[in-house]
Amino acid sequence: MDITSEKRGDTITAFIKGEIDHHNAKAARETLDSIIETEQPIHFGLDLSRVSFCDSSGLGLVMGRMRKCQTVGSTLIIKNPSVAAMRILEIAGMDKILKIERGD
Amino acid sequence: MADRIINSMKTEFTAKSVNESFARTAVASFASQTDPSIAVIADIKTVVSEAVTNAIVHGYADIEDKQSCIIYIQCKLLESGKLIIKIKDKGCGIGDVKTAMQPLFTTDTDGERSGMGFTIMQSFTDGIKVKSRLGKGTTVTLEKRLNTN
Repeated sequence: MDITSEKRGDTITAFIKGEIDHHNAKAARETLDSIIETEQPIHFGLDLSRVSFCDSSGLGLVMGRMRKCQTVGSTLIIKNPSVAAMRILEIAGMDKILKIERGD
Repeated sequence: MADRIINSMKTEFTAKSVNESFARTAVASFASQTDPSIAVIADIKTVVSEAVTNAIVHGYADIEDKQSCIIYIQCKLLESGKLIIKIKDKGCGIGDVKTAMQPLFTTDTDGERSGMGFTIMQSFTDGIKVKSRLGKGTTVTLEKRLNTN
């Protein structure tokens, strides 16, 4: 798994590429939390367009980051979720709670 | 008429999280011989990942020497096109299986586990059986129709 980030206006977007499972969720959590804590952006985007595999650990990762964003006053936006990511978010009903954006 | 076994495989590996991707890829690879859809393969990868993660995170949580913790997977392909996947650990077992299978139920305290593992296993398969004994371990048996026509 690979995470990169970019800043555009008041939004920081982190791009996750690869598989999200229990094994690599911990490293992802640390990387994402470090970005959220350091930058405390108004909007924190999580681009899941290149997530090739996602299980409930990915769901936990998203739920945990939603809470993390709340603690620093950021709004989490899920961007372009892949089929694999969207399916898991839908099962938990997270698609109704999260702000999901498609496009640039 | 009984549903005849036409192929089978067994694998076992140490309960280390790095093996989660090995486990799901191995089962998906075995299942792919019948040329199932990409969606069916994705479902299989996800449910195997859930069951194996449970064995690592919960089943063998309290054992320090992970090298002695083994996860066993057995797959049977039936003539009807059904795949039976059995995932077994010899860990601590689940006291109350019914509660453990409730959506959002988790024993996790740091808020990073969603408690949706069993719900995903139920949703992505055509059948699930969980047998568990405290101190003996847990066996999750999943059924998946490979041919969705």
